This record gives sequence, C-alpha cells and structure tokens, in this order.
Amino acid sequence: MVIVLGVESTAHTFGIGIVSDEPRILADSRFNYVPARGGIHPREAADSFIKNAPSVLREALSQAGLSIDSIDVVAVALGPGLGPCLRVGATIARALSIYYSKPLTPVNHAVAHIEIGRMLTDARDPLVVYISGGNTVITAKQGGRYRVFGETLDIALGNFMDALVRELGLAPPYVVGGIHAIDRCSEGGRYVELPYVVKGQDTSYSGLLTAALRAYRSGVRVEDICFSAREVAYSSLVEVAERGLAQLGKTEILLVGGVAASRYLVEKFKALAEYRGVELYVVPPRYAVDNGVMIAWTGMLMFKYGVTIEPENAVVKQRWRLDAVDIYW
Amino acid sequence: MQRVIYLGAEALVAEGEFLGRKAVFKLRLRKPYRVLELDREIVSRRTAAEARIMAMLRERGVNVPRILFVDPLYGLIVMEKVEGVVLRDALGVLSGEKACRAMAEFGREVGAMHKLGVAHGDITTSNAVLSNEDSIYILDLGLAKHVEDIEDLAVDLHLLIRVLESSHYAVKEDLLKCFMRSYRSVVGVDEARKIFERVAEIRMRGRYIEERKVRKVN
Repeated sequence: MVIVLGVESTAHTFGIGIVSDEPRILADSRFNYVPARGGIHPREAADSFIKNAPSVLREALSQAGLSIDSIDVVAVALGPGLGPCLRVGATIARALSIYYSKPLTPVNHAVAHIEIGRMLTDARDPLVVYISGGNTVITAKQGGRYRVFGETLDIALGNFMDALVRELGLAPPYVVGGIHAIDRCSEGGRYVELPYVVKGQDTSYSGLLTAALRAYRSGVRVEDICFSAREVAYSSLVEVAERGLAQLGKTEILLVGGVAASRYLVEKFKALAEYRGVELYVVPPRYAVDNGVMIAWTGMLMFKYGVTIEPENAVVKQRWRLDAVDIYW
Repeated sequence: MQRVIYLGAEALVAEGEFLGRKAVFKLRLRKPYRVLELDREIVSRRTAAEARIMAMLRERGVNVPRILFVDPLYGLIVMEKVEGVVLRDALGVLSGEKACRAMAEFGREVGAMHKLGVAHGDITTSNAVLSNEDSIYILDLGLAKHVEDIEDLAVDLHLLIRVLESSHYAVKEDLLKCFMRSYRSVVGVDEARKIFERVAEIRMRGRYIEERKVRKVN
C-alpha cells in the first residue's frame, strides 16, 4: 500500500490530505482564510497559513492515525495560484520531503480538481467543466493532456460572482451555509437584458460585470440585477459546454471546482444533460472547493507513473497551465 | 419529408425538400437551461443576423449555402444542401496532401470572409463542409458579425488553432500551415501579419500563460 500526503495552498485554503491507493481518504484537514473585507489579500492569506499550518498537519496525521514515518510520498500543489500562498505549501512540502527523506511529487492544482472529481464519481471520459474563483475552463483529456476547449477570456466565473456581490454591498462573506450571496439576492428577481457574450468556445464576464453594476446604479432592482447577471453568466457557460459536447462527441459532463457547489448552476447543467442525453456528474461539495485530499490523490497518480521532483527544483509556478501537464493515466 | 441529421450545440439540422429542391432546415431550439426571455432574444437575434450575413457573403463570392427561407421568430432558416463531408471527419481520413488542400481551401474561404469584415464567431472544423467538388463551404454563421476591428477576426483564428489543438492535435502544425498560407494570400500579407500578432496577444490573455510576464511591482 502506498500512502501519500498532499499539501494544498494555492489561494484561500491551506489543506493537508492523506490518501492510500485502495483508494481511500485517510485524512482531510483544512484551514480557510476569510478576508475581513474585500477579496483575498495574498500576503495576509500566506501569513495566516504559516500560523495555522503546523496544527493542520498535526490534525491530518491524527485523523489518519499515522506518524509521519508511515507516509510514503509528499505531494504538493506548485501552481497555478497566488505566489505568497503557494510558497507556504511548497516550503512545508520541501521541508517534509528533505527532513524525513520522502519522495516529493509536484501536482497541478487544476489537474487535481479534475482527478478528485473522477475519483469520487463514476465519470470515465467526461467533458470537464472546471469552475472556481480563479478558473473557468472547459476541458477534456485527449492524447495525454487535458486539452483546453474553451475558457474565460477575462475574469473567472467565481471571480465574477464574488466581485458582483461585493460591489453591490452584499459580501463578504461570499458563501454562507453553502449558498453564494448571488443566489440569495437572486430570489424574486426578474430578467432584465444584460450583455450575453459567447465568443466561439470562450466566455467573458468582465463586460457583464460592468453592465450589471451600471444597471444597478441606474436604479434597476438589486434582485433583478443578481438574477439576470447570474442567468446570463451561467447560461453562457452552459452554452459553451454544450458546444464542447458537440465538438468532442463526449457523453459525460463532470463539474469540478468551487462553483460546482452552486445548486442553481447544477440545475442548469442537469437541464443540459437531459436535453442532450448525456450523463452529468458533479463532484461532492466538500471536494468541489480547494482541499489537500485532491492534491494527495493526484500525487498518488503522478507518483505511480514515476513523477517526482528534487526538493531544490520544486519552485512554485503561479501560471502553470492545465494543458501543460502530461497525463499518463 | 424531413430527416434530422444533426443536433448541434446551437440548433437542430434536418434535411428535406423545399419547393422541390434538396434543402437543409436549421431550427434553433429553445434551450431548457435558459430563461424564456433570454432564450427568445438570443434565438431571434441570431437567426436574423445569420440569414442576413449569409446572404451578403454569398453575394460577395464566399462559399456559404444559398438561403431559401427565413423565419426569425421561429428560429428557422432553410438553405440549399451542400453535398459533401464535414471537414472534421474529412481530415480524419484524408491523406496528408489532400488534408492540406482542404485546409488551404478552408483558409481561402475564411480569408475571403475576413476580407469582407465578417468574423465567424465559431469557426471550427465541424462548421465547414468539403463539397464533392473539393471546395469548402462555411456553415453555421449564427455567431457571425460585421466587425470594425481585427480583434474578432483574430479571435476566429485563435479558436481555430484551439480546435486543431483539441481535435486534430497530432497533425495540428501541418494543417495550420496549409490554412495560413492561403489565408494570408487572400487577406494580404500586411493585414495577415497584424491579425497574427493579435492572435498571439489573445493567446497571452488566457489564464496562466507562462510566456506572459508577471506584472512588475513598483
């Protein structure tokens, strides 16, 4: 049996997960940085990670009932993400690897979101829709890579949702009880026209954000703004996904990433799946958001195919594209 | 008698007869994932725009199917049938040389369209037909529009490169060369260079591009 400890620290979550190759999740410990106001402040997030990392690590080992000696491999998310945050995880992973003489495996955070989705659902060869605060990507595995079929041309979907509710004075906190502020303020809203942008296979949300805020300032009701902005943003994403299904001939859709926890978006994808006669899989909410388990699990896959890195070479890559990673499995 | 031949991302496409000739019926279906108002707006806007642009392109000598009938409110366009094979499928079976010739034809048509200031908006190898006479017809102009700036023309090429990367990754470079050579000859060397430079720029705007410099901190 191989046991992998994975370290996640790309954005607002410092997480450590431990998995075995049965496959089984042995531990899942997390610390979440929540900004007092505004969005993520990278250095503040990193500082909070440094303070909390030791207890997150201790907690993970105690959940698994293991000592560090029983760990076979250390995996770490080296990117993409925020530099200061990434460096905390990378430093800890390198230290563990060197001090305890464990092999170190580099993991791409985006690949990890997809692989944990595949591990926890029955999806076999899906069109993957990866949506989070920093990513909006439609992708599928073709010829040993996750090829990017479509993506946002400007801001990510989660980023758009956060920025909108923040500017409307409704957040932070952005998500309460698993429900995003944009869903709360959409209740009772009616559709008003906002710019719907699909450029081929790509979406774009920055123009929509500007137009929605302009409409708000001109006196349109806040619930109508929320409802319509959400409607337009989600619909354009689903339309792009539909194009991906048609072009790539896939019969499964897999939703991963933090925004996959949005029930309203899942409803829209359900409608698409039913309409096109394809299967929809959604990563469970707990693993939709950033976590160490997905890094550990992807590290397991990478390690089994011989991917390791010397600690002195394990530098963070803030812009490490999904389609730059060779997928051997 | 009509026969559904394709349920695309955008519309249902059926074959049949219209006024005694072979025709293709393109019907934009209501999408269950969009609210009614938004859906209606998108369907009628795109149907009318598509028909208008197809008629203009055809008149100016670009290979697109001839329009026979249009009804924007129902989202219906009836057009003549082009006998041939979808380019995506053709590229999978053609020899290197023939595939190159098909891509060159494709480049010529896209170039001619761009020269008229029209961006396609969804230019993939699924949206082109290699006719029985070995010419390429451009289909699905539902997202096409007149543009002032080269930005949207560059987005077309950016998308096409992406499609080659995702659907034809093994032979991407060769196919792209064949396409670009004839594209350049139609739009002109200077204009083509400007567009290619913009394509490179658009690529850099994608998320997490390594070549892009990290913004300098003052």
